[in-house]
Amino acid sequence: MTAARDEARTQSEPLIDAHAHFYHAATGRADWAEVNAARFRAGERIGIMYHVASVLGSYGFSSPTYFPSPADVTVGNEGMLDICAREPDRVRMYVTVNPNYTDHALREISRCVSRGAIGVKLLASRRASDPLLDPIAEAAGEAGVPILHHIWQHRRREWPSQEISDGADLARLAERHPRVAFILAHIGGGGDYMHTFPAIVDCPNIYPDVSGSGVDRGMLDAAIDAVGASRLLWGCDLTMETGLAKLRALDVIGLSADEVKSIRWRNAARIFPPGSFPRCTGDSRSSGDEVTGNQQPATSKLA
Amino acid sequence: MIDVDTLIGPYPFRHVPHPDPDVLVRVLDREGLSSGWVGHMPSAFYRDPSAGNRELYSALAPFGDRLRPVPTIRPGWPRWESAVHEARSAGAPAIRAYPPQWQLGPHDPGMRDLAVAAGEEGMALLLTVRFEDLRQRHWMDTCGDLSAAAIRALARAGESVRLIVTAAGRDLIEEVHWGLTPIEQRRALWDISWIWGPPEDHLAKLFRTIGPERFVFGTQWPLRLTQNPRANLDLLPDDLRGVALAEPGALLQR
Repeated sequence: MTAARDEARTQSEPLIDAHAHFYHAATGRADWAEVNAARFRAGERIGIMYHVASVLGSYGFSSPTYFPSPADVTVGNEGMLDICAREPDRVRMYVTVNPNYTDHALREISRCVSRGAIGVKLLASRRASDPLLDPIAEAAGEAGVPILHHIWQHRRREWPSQEISDGADLARLAERHPRVAFILAHIGGGGDYMHTFPAIVDCPNIYPDVSGSGVDRGMLDAAIDAVGASRLLWGCDLTMETGLAKLRALDVIGLSADEVKSIRWRNAARIFPPGSFPRCTGDSRSSGDEVTGNQQPATSKLA
Repeated sequence: MIDVDTLIGPYPFRHVPHPDPDVLVRVLDREGLSSGWVGHMPSAFYRDPSAGNRELYSALAPFGDRLRPVPTIRPGWPRWESAVHEARSAGAPAIRAYPPQWQLGPHDPGMRDLAVAAGEEGMALLLTVRFEDLRQRHWMDTCGDLSAAAIRALARAGESVRLIVTAAGRDLIEEVHWGLTPIEQRRALWDISWIWGPPEDHLAKLFRTIGPERFVFGTQWPLRLTQNPRANLDLLPDDLRGVALAEPGALLQR
């Protein structure tokens, strides 16, 4: 029943995955091509029209995933550009950078945006509130592309392998760069998302994505109550079944059809550069598009 | 299809909307599930879960065969053996226990006795690896995940033992499964509520290596979206689409 409904929607309604990843030969994974193929296979089943994706350096093979060396950043971005070239109808690119290497990061942004990247990906190499991120945000603003920032929902301590940031950290950066759209990564990706919503509610240029392996009941309702459907982006990250589950849950938590469309694709179409998603046809503006950070809460009907 | 992993009652560490049996029945209807095996959430955190079991039996009574009680029994607590008999009399297909929450180690003799006693009464012992991701836990929630060593020890405890392990991921499942003899492996079923789907395809890999007959449908409602395990099955590669999961009652047949 739900699978049939997905199929009907696949034919008729755009869907953008705003948080995806691909792999390449230099990641040290023998099965990298299989994993990429599985993303496309599941994407077709779900009805994903565009995967907006990044490659995170070598994913730990020759430098740490969240602290990629400049050389690995470049190799990873090249891998991502190759995938975009092979799949121009369904893949879009975030250019990944490590802000500790400012000159390299700015060169990568310039190089990859000129070759079609539509966003910047920041990992956990430097806390989001750090001034070292300012030139990156300025470059994104000049290029007119959003920044997807990896987030740990409510950091209460330091964790190994990442210099994690939470919603409050990202809010400090977003307040300094009001012209730039920031995508707050994966509210279901670990940590306490209930801390995130009040931390960002007053930053209208922060757009949380719903990706991540977490599928807590009440999470989507709380996100919509806090920031409204006009600021949420749909996405999967590393687990596409949780993306599909959230997509199905959106249908039963009391949202209007218009609000569901906003989360499925309209919000993404609005914050990425014009013309990024030519296959997404229709009015990309909805009645709730005015971003104030104080949207009206939706009525919860229980997922 | 039966959802083996549902609960009613509030969760102590965050608000969970409407964890009530009538809502659960509506959710089962919406998801096309025939029935649910239902535990009592607060009992996992009680010193003595018997009051929680009385609440569970009472709350589920109006819902007949749709919602079957899975009471919580803490080994070592006085008269725990009577609670096992009561569970059997109440038609429970399984009982629940929470070794990490009760700070019982992987080789706790009381847990082994409980697993054997439940099996001898024709009931499974239902174990929960986790309620929440480790990164998300409340600062007062200090217990870790249920360990593979604990599950292996229980699977080896006796011929009568039948385990249903919920909320496990691929690594833990493989560590347990391949650390048991083929006979011991047949004493355990795994629910699919926390297993990753594509693009990593952990569920597909487990179906190909361990076999779908060792897995049952579970959601961990009301903590998690019931849509998740169904979505996982719907996204299996073509050669595995429509594969049949185990019927949990079959585990209990001798």
